[in-house]
Amino acid sequence: MALIDLANPSRFLALADRVLPWLAAATLFAFALGLGQAYVAPDDYQQGATVKIMFIHVPSAWLGMFAWGIMSLAAVGTLVWRHPLADVAAKAAAPVGAAFTLMCLVTGSLWGRPMWGTYWVWDARLTSVLVLFLMYLGVIALWRTIDDPARAARVVAVLTLVGAINVPIIKFSVEWWNTLHQSASVLRLDGSTIHPAILGPLVVMIVAFTLLFLSLHLAAMRNEITRRRLRTMLMMRADAAAGH
Amino acid sequence: MDLGPHAGFIVTAYAAAIGIVAGLIFWVILDRRHLTRAVDELEAQGITRRSDRAREEKA
Amino acid sequence: MTALAALLMRDLRLAVRVGGGAPIGVLFFLIVVTLVPFAIGPDLNLLARIGPAILWLGALLANLLALDRLIAMDHEDGSLDLILMARAPLELALAAKALAHWLSTGLPLVIATPLLGLLLNLDPTATGAVALTLIAGTPALTFIGLIGAALTTALRRGGLLLAVLVLPLTIPVLIFGVAAANAAIVGPVPFGTPFSILCALTLMSIVVGPFAAAAALRQGLE
Repeated sequence: MALIDLANPSRFLALADRVLPWLAAATLFAFALGLGQAYVAPDDYQQGATVKIMFIHVPSAWLGMFAWGIMSLAAVGTLVWRHPLADVAAKAAAPVGAAFTLMCLVTGSLWGRPMWGTYWVWDARLTSVLVLFLMYLGVIALWRTIDDPARAARVVAVLTLVGAINVPIIKFSVEWWNTLHQSASVLRLDGSTIHPAILGPLVVMIVAFTLLFLSLHLAAMRNEITRRRLRTMLMMRADAAAGH
Repeated sequence: MDLGPHAGFIVTAYAAAIGIVAGLIFWVILDRRHLTRAVDELEAQGITRRSDRAREEKA
Repeated sequence: MTALAALLMRDLRLAVRVGGGAPIGVLFFLIVVTLVPFAIGPDLNLLARIGPAILWLGALLANLLALDRLIAMDHEDGSLDLILMARAPLELALAAKALAHWLSTGLPLVIATPLLGLLLNLDPTATGAVALTLIAGTPALTFIGLIGAALTTALRRGGLLLAVLVLPLTIPVLIFGVAAANAAIVGPVPFGTPFSILCALTLMSIVVGPFAAAAALRQGLE
């Protein structure tokens, strides 16, 4: 089934209904595995058991940026190809991405207090993630302010692409600036610097969280399509009441 | 399991994560329930979309 | 006179008239800067230390408030349609409008800075440094604001949303503007480092702003 076939919302809904239960099951299995491994993971020699916060903090940071990437791809789909599913994908991703960015900020703050002595510091990485969260809220606000869904999608697409510059800034902020936040230790050109006993559960949790995002995103897309159908039907009812 | 001296922070972090995920799941489920109920109500009133009507006529 | 020059002159003339944005912007800048000592207290040393930050914040907010007359007013009276239909590329037309906006609202803020520096107990070096960073940074604020103005053009009550969309994008400009001013006043970082980044941000926004704004206008007004 080519991507263009999925532009038909009914066909997409049928596919979503079939795929979602499997996706949810895979998510549950991955979390069971990941949380189990996180439970038995050894303590860090410096951080003790608080390193276990990393198993939720790092995946949520990844998802916050991943969601904006999905929104940016969808934005291109909207502006260049006018693919109707791109509109739906972009709108559905925003609240989910915002929630995971918030999770990143909260878990990071709770990790920072025992480790750095402070709940917050205005270094480059924390500031740019906070800015990302504010931009998510701006996108959600813009979606809700423009009535026509198609026009809203196009305008939000421009804003999404302008804001996409923030994602590489977040990723490289710990390299470009002297930050309190530690530098990259997972995705590095010369391999990870984390011990395998902790890297293993981390990778499983990243996979589990990504599956969770995909499940939530798919379900939210399904809802968004239904919401547009509802809007069409409400407009038809208004037309009928007006005597057309 | 001994979580060390900062156990409170670890537990709070996991609780916050579970809370946010639960919030997302509830949002998706409740939204779906509300939307399908509204669509069903309108369909019961006889308002159907063009493609649904076309499918009915074909059937 | 070319079309773009005519557009520039028109916007400038409109801005300085009664009902235009230029005098009000400076007045708002003055009021905001005056409010801060009331909130913080008259500790002159403290005011001198955070003076550059107060001036930058005041300039940012004054710039923000003037943004909704950048495009929305033309949209209301129909001149935006003429601009869209004209032969001059929309990107250049928007750049001309943004330049006019900066000349009429951004530049007066810079000129007002020495007077306000007195109110905040800044010495001449400090005031000069802040003014220099404002000259380099206020164009960035205007051209980034141009994007927000274009995104919210067709919305009736888009004022606060405009601020919500624009402010996160202007945070880097604010950070490096204040950093450059402080570097000139107290060091230890050499002034050139944050200042060149500030200039880079301005140059980037002068290019990206009109293109993103034109795209937003075309998509939003269809």
